[in-house]
Amino acid sequence: MSQLRFTKDHEWIRVDGGVAVVGITDYAQSQLGDIVFVEVPAKGKALKAGGEAAVVESVKAASEVYAPITGEVVEGNVALPDAPETVNQDAQGAGWFFKMTLGSPSELDGLMDQAAYDKYLAELKA
Amino acid sequence: MADTSSPLKTTPLDALHRALGAKMVPFAGYAMPVQFPMGVLKEHLHTRTEAGLFDVSHMGQGELVGDHSDAALETLVPGDIIGLGAGRIRYSTLLAESGGIIDDFMITRPREPGTGNRLALVVNAACKDGDFSHMAAKLDGRAKVVRHDDRALLALQGPAASRVLARLAADAADMGFMSSRVVKLSAPGLSVEVRMFRSGYTGEDGYEISIPADEAEKVAKALLSHAEVQPIGLGARDSLRLEAGLCLYGSDIDISTTPVEANLTWIIGKRRRIEGGFSGAGTVIEQLNTGAPRYRVGIKPLGKAPARAHTEIQDQGGRKIGEITSGGFGPSFNGPIAMGYVESGFHAVGTPVQLSIRGQSLPAEVAKLPFVPHRYVTPKKETS
Repeated sequence: MSQLRFTKDHEWIRVDGGVAVVGITDYAQSQLGDIVFVEVPAKGKALKAGGEAAVVESVKAASEVYAPITGEVVEGNVALPDAPETVNQDAQGAGWFFKMTLGSPSELDGLMDQAAYDKYLAELKA
Repeated sequence: MADTSSPLKTTPLDALHRALGAKMVPFAGYAMPVQFPMGVLKEHLHTRTEAGLFDVSHMGQGELVGDHSDAALETLVPGDIIGLGAGRIRYSTLLAESGGIIDDFMITRPREPGTGNRLALVVNAACKDGDFSHMAAKLDGRAKVVRHDDRALLALQGPAASRVLARLAADAADMGFMSSRVVKLSAPGLSVEVRMFRSGYTGEDGYEISIPADEAEKVAKALLSHAEVQPIGLGARDSLRLEAGLCLYGSDIDISTTPVEANLTWIIGKRRRIEGGFSGAGTVIEQLNTGAPRYRVGIKPLGKAPARAHTEIQDQGGRKIGEITSGGFGPSFNGPIAMGYVESGFHAVGTPVQLSIRGQSLPAEVAKLPFVPHRYVTPKKETS
């Protein structure tokens, strides 16, 4: 399965070869505005679904990035702290935050797929 | 503060903001643009390199009228108002009996004929009702408060501001910084008399323009038609004033802070230090002579993490010595910057401190204000 899943807090997660990649959605970056600071978790950090995993700050405000599922950090995107604007430029690509193990794969089923997320966004904007 | 259940007030530029694609937010009871499509970072940088147009019509405009309105106002503020020259502007604070700051505001003595008994006032939006009723009550019988709720206020800030305004009013460029005069703005389809102040709150050269509400949109559009000018929201206004080391009322100063604690001693007139005679003079003069328990300082985080308002400031042993009051990322400074209060003894520039951010104690130091040098302009041939 390599399709994107989404949380209500606007994180995305993509499973790729037994590991999940996590970031914030394009909508999230557009709402935050110019991103000036990113803190990614270190390898080995235990994450709980819905728990704090990373930090993103724009000129306007600081926000937490939450873990979409339970697992352990495999790798933080070490390029981000030096180039936080990458999140604005490519939130769902090069602007990924961290990779994690799938501690409880069934948690993915509770997340939104693209169509459900699009509908969720449409409701938010309405 | 505004009752959240009451509908937001709008400024005369509301329709224009929305047409320009602004993101509107509630601020001090008004619907205000926090950013335009350009975004906070670019709006900030544009203001420092070209010119930014700000709608500050939510602020309170008024006049104090009375034969000795200056002497009357001196009972409420620590500044030298009697000595304020015709056509000059002064920044001051309304003080409570405790010495705490009720508001910070601008006082102008007009130079036009027939205005000899008047002082023009511009106060903060969230404080305006309180300020004007405070002045009316305290100065009853000596000076009358006249509100100018029928006027808009625009700020044009940045190095290109005087060049742009000179195209609408030839004499604008001759004005000295912190001077004011009534001028006529002329452009195709526009001819309106305005009160112009060469002042602002960004650290840049610039102007604030008081305009009859029904002419405001025309003036804004005329200014925006020049290539140098972009509309700027409250987001960039905040990062610009923070880089310039300027206080935001309600964050960096309030009723619990005195001008001495707030590092605003420069607003206290020489004569006033000796004579007193203003609300809070006892506390303020004592603090001037023997020191205050805490001071507002610049705080520079040494890492990359911004420190937001209410972040705890600690000494190097981890003891709390104060709190951040404004903080974020400075786009022109290109790094995190903040202001806050620290206990006396920790307020010297270069003092190492720690910031408690997300459970970690991160290194920072007391820094010189402003973070970005002021670039106010007074022309060689100043005529006012």
